[in-house]
Amino acid sequence: MKKALVSASAAALLVLSLGLSKASHAKPAAGEQNGSIDQYQIKIDNFSFAPETLTVPAGTTVTWVNQDDVPHNIVSSEGKTLKSPVMDTDEKFSYTFTKPGTYPYYCGIHPKMTAKVIVE
Amino acid sequence: MRRQKENLILHNHNHDGVDRRGFLKCMAWAGTGALFVVKGGVLRSYSLSDPAGLAAGARAGELSFIQISDSHMGFDKAANPDVVATLRVAVDRINAVPTAPAFLLHTGDISHLSKPGEFDTVDQVLKSAKARQVFYVPGEHDVLGDDGKQYLERYGKGTKGGGWYSFDHKGVHFIGLVNVLNLKAGGLGTLGSEQLEWLEDDVKGRSASTPIVVFAHIPLWAVYPEWGWGTDDSAQALAYLKRFGSVTVLNGHIHQTMQKVEGNITFHTATSTAFPQPRPGTAPSPGPMKVPAEQLRSLLGLTSVHYVAGKHTLAIVDSSLA
Repeated sequence: MKKALVSASAAALLVLSLGLSKASHAKPAAGEQNGSIDQYQIKIDNFSFAPETLTVPAGTTVTWVNQDDVPHNIVSSEGKTLKSPVMDTDEKFSYTFTKPGTYPYYCGIHPKMTAKVIVE
Repeated sequence: MRRQKENLILHNHNHDGVDRRGFLKCMAWAGTGALFVVKGGVLRSYSLSDPAGLAAGARAGELSFIQISDSHMGFDKAANPDVVATLRVAVDRINAVPTAPAFLLHTGDISHLSKPGEFDTVDQVLKSAKARQVFYVPGEHDVLGDDGKQYLERYGKGTKGGGWYSFDHKGVHFIGLVNVLNLKAGGLGTLGSEQLEWLEDDVKGRSASTPIVVFAHIPLWAVYPEWGWGTDDSAQALAYLKRFGSVTVLNGHIHQTMQKVEGNITFHTATSTAFPQPRPGTAPSPGPMKVPAEQLRSLLGLTSVHYVAGKHTLAIVDSSLA
């Protein structure tokens, strides 16, 4: 798991370049206590998304990584912005948010899992 | 036999077909497989790890069938790196039952990732079961990525909508429901209005003395909604069924046995043949539960049912693969 995380971060670093360092200073989203979480990556672990609310500037690429032993996916709760393939363990899905707005989503397999991305 | 006579609900004072006193009369947590015996309307269970009780049940039953569930073919994580082997053990157990079951019910999550090869493997392994016919309903793992298209191509012949159907066998009316499609954000399992209308029509005009067996993947009762272990519109489905003298609801999904009696309705969940899941609320999530290798098979299993016409009990037997 650790190894996967490191490579995920490395990949994010390559893609996002300056964006990543910016992210670490990004204003934590409302209700987010843990400021140390990589703001551009959403971890799926124990049937939940972390952070549950992620606030990013427009143009940001967000990457979800599944760290559970079961598959999950990402589906928009409103609209059709997000619809990922099924992600098995350690698999990732990325999406670049270009338009400001609130993007609620859930796991279409385990619909109790809900979260959102806020694009400013 | 798990259920004793004093647990039967003889009176319903609410006139709604539901007797609250009947709640939680029987809750079996141990992971076992089960033999269901339908006796005139009420399900009775015998442990498959109790060969004497099992043989008696099989002799008495005019109809017996076996439920298996959650084979999760393709799963290869620490909780069970060899789900083919444990499914094979389940088939061996089925073939060891003295009276061959009429058929198998598979209550979904046949595959882990809806891959064609996963379905193929399950089909191949189940071919060696003495009971040749298998009735399926899909789990959420069987409809990944294509909203159940592949599932319907493989298993949906003669079914309606997303794969629901009913059939009669020896006087018992069987109803296979699908509650893993079109899941809504924040919700539980869903049957949907089209299926509910079909169900209402399907049971309309049937005699209230017809024993009913309903099978679906996600429990049709609120086992633990916090983990998604329930079905949002199951109450509507059960409302159509409560006038019947005997309703048995068989589910999978939660990888452990649980039983509840509510009015004339007996709810029962089966163990998985692949991996156990934790008891509600005892872990941070319902993910696969890793147990010491020597304990694994004691937490996997299958379920058998017997039915004797003219009596009022279906017998359910859970048995483990240990």
